[in-house]
Amino acid sequence: MKVGLFIPCYIDQFYPQVGIATLSLLEKLGCEVVYPQGQTCCGQPMANSGFEHLTTGCNTLFVDHFKDYDYIVGPSGSCVLHIKDHLHVHGQEDAATHVRQHIYELAEFLTDVLHVTSLSAKFPHKVGVHQSCHGQRGLGLAQMSELVAAPFSKPQQLLQMVEGLELVNLKRTDECCGFGGTFCVFEEAVSVKMGKDRIVDHVNNGAEYITGNDVSCLMHLEGILRRQQSPVKVLHIAEILNNSL
Amino acid sequence: MIEHKEHAELAEKFNADEARVDWHDETLWWVRQKRDKMAWSIPEWENLREAASRIKHNVLGNLHDYLLEFERHAQENGAVVHWAADAAEHNRIVLGLLKEHGVQRMVKSKSMLTEECHLNPYLAENGIEVIDTDLGERIVQLAKEAPSHIVLPCIHKKKEEIGELFHEHLGTPAGNADPKFLTAAARLHLRKEFIQSRVAITGVNFAVAETGEMVVCTNEGNADMGAHLADVHIACMGVEKIIPKRRHLGVFLRLLARSATGQPITTYSSHFRKPKEGQQLHIVLVDNGRSRQLGREDFRNSLKCIRCGACMNTCPVYRRSGGHSYHNAIAGPIGAILAPNLDMKEYKDLPFASTLCGSCSNVCPVKIDIHQQLYKWRQVITQEGYSDTSKKAGMQAMNFVLSKPAVFKFAGSAGRLMMRTFPGMLNIKLNPWAKQREMPEAPKLSFAEWYKKNKK
Repeated sequence: MKVGLFIPCYIDQFYPQVGIATLSLLEKLGCEVVYPQGQTCCGQPMANSGFEHLTTGCNTLFVDHFKDYDYIVGPSGSCVLHIKDHLHVHGQEDAATHVRQHIYELAEFLTDVLHVTSLSAKFPHKVGVHQSCHGQRGLGLAQMSELVAAPFSKPQQLLQMVEGLELVNLKRTDECCGFGGTFCVFEEAVSVKMGKDRIVDHVNNGAEYITGNDVSCLMHLEGILRRQQSPVKVLHIAEILNNSL
Repeated sequence: MIEHKEHAELAEKFNADEARVDWHDETLWWVRQKRDKMAWSIPEWENLREAASRIKHNVLGNLHDYLLEFERHAQENGAVVHWAADAAEHNRIVLGLLKEHGVQRMVKSKSMLTEECHLNPYLAENGIEVIDTDLGERIVQLAKEAPSHIVLPCIHKKKEEIGELFHEHLGTPAGNADPKFLTAAARLHLRKEFIQSRVAITGVNFAVAETGEMVVCTNEGNADMGAHLADVHIACMGVEKIIPKRRHLGVFLRLLARSATGQPITTYSSHFRKPKEGQQLHIVLVDNGRSRQLGREDFRNSLKCIRCGACMNTCPVYRRSGGHSYHNAIAGPIGAILAPNLDMKEYKDLPFASTLCGSCSNVCPVKIDIHQQLYKWRQVITQEGYSDTSKKAGMQAMNFVLSKPAVFKFAGSAGRLMMRTFPGMLNIKLNPWAKQREMPEAPKLSFAEWYKKNKK
């Protein structure tokens, strides 16, 4: 099984440790992983701002880099969802379709493709899970609180395999953190307020760490936590699942 | 960059009082929780939503025929049916009827359509005073404000503020903010208006093509009080309010109040079919852009809306920015996909007033793909040239960097070097990220650089 590792642009630049943890975790689980060099971005920042017509360059690059892999795996629900929903390349539609149909967010790849049932990870801390909207409502990583349907959560299923880790219960299980791409700067006041409110929920329920499947949400929450000089830390789920102390 | 009256600016103002934002958020979240509880009390809830969505799908596909069927039956019932192409024609029709009956003051129950058409100010200009009889609407009317929510028009007001308004306008004792007492005072005040009003305007929740009847849902019975006491009942409705058959009410009435307020059903679901002896019943069918929206394939489904307001209650942005920040008769996620159809330039900001979290689409009782339409409106608005110049320049620059791996690599390492060298540089006022957030720390190596060093 040849896995193409997709590391979104801002993870590449600001959170390389998330990429390293993802790579290490996939290799531990027996995957043959290649990071196609020269990849940049899924194009979502432009598309969500109304400039989907400018994403041709990004789309072509993406297909060129990933078309030859059995699976494409990335540690970001949002970027993966964008590819699944919007990746099209004129003249290379078959290749684009292959990519759209074989791209997975890390947690769902672990639960649905690798069928992971145990991990050798340890993390003796109280952890709150931030469900990123695009991962949860878009990719279906967890049941949504709005629907009358049976609960499940792929990220929590994995975190429960981690020795010593205690999940905290939140008052609002799946409210948006307010990052929202360019929303975080164009609607700064509401964005920050939403982030502050999410943090209060985690803090009130005793979380020492906030984790999630999207670094973008976590970057936003971390920015607020650091400004507040809070002791609470954020970690991407790959960093916890790969942690062996 | 942000022009006057845009959502972001109005939302920032709303956020100046954080305690109030918390209160607003908690109040609406409580309504969302009531909705959840009610939805979970019906095991077939998701099927019910699907059924409602499909009935409306059928309606939108056959709207022309259903409207004519409704008109025919309504006329057979003795109603007079008027057709209005737009808000102006709607307002002229209503004014004509009021003038015909020599009316200078009249009652109106909740109708978001008349809000959309700005009927009240139009009638005021023509010397006619409208008394809104829905308690929440009466409160915002006394405050000279617009409703901030389609179901809970004065949800942005605290009871103490309502007490003060009533003291000023209705003569209640100063400092009395007891909801029961204030409601009783409003009833006395409104009763006088009901009794003397010879014309009553109501909205319409559902118009049944099969029978020519209309169903009006209220919790206060104010539509009934107005319509039954007046000589003339004028019912104003958007053309999308049609449902094919009476039996379909069983689907919609179960969904409406549960989604809206977490009640099993509205206190009153009143059927108006025939005018009583000596009374006139007028029905004004209004298009006002609905045909245009029907022709936009990507946005057609927005016309399925039954105005329950569930998308507002669940929207984390709405709860923290308030209804007035949407500067449109209909606020929240649904307002943001309806408004650009009415005036794309005026409402170009609204589809961007969302994180696209998708909660709205999940609570919608008729399964409108609201967040996907927000995304699509963003593309349309940009293509039509309504995007800010600075945003456009930024996006083009971003495209330049992201479509060229070598440029991306260079820009990334240069940017991180700058951030490490001058860590405070980006924490300036001009950077909206850093106003209340720290910038991420810039690592020495990007992932790509680490990979090259360690793996390849």
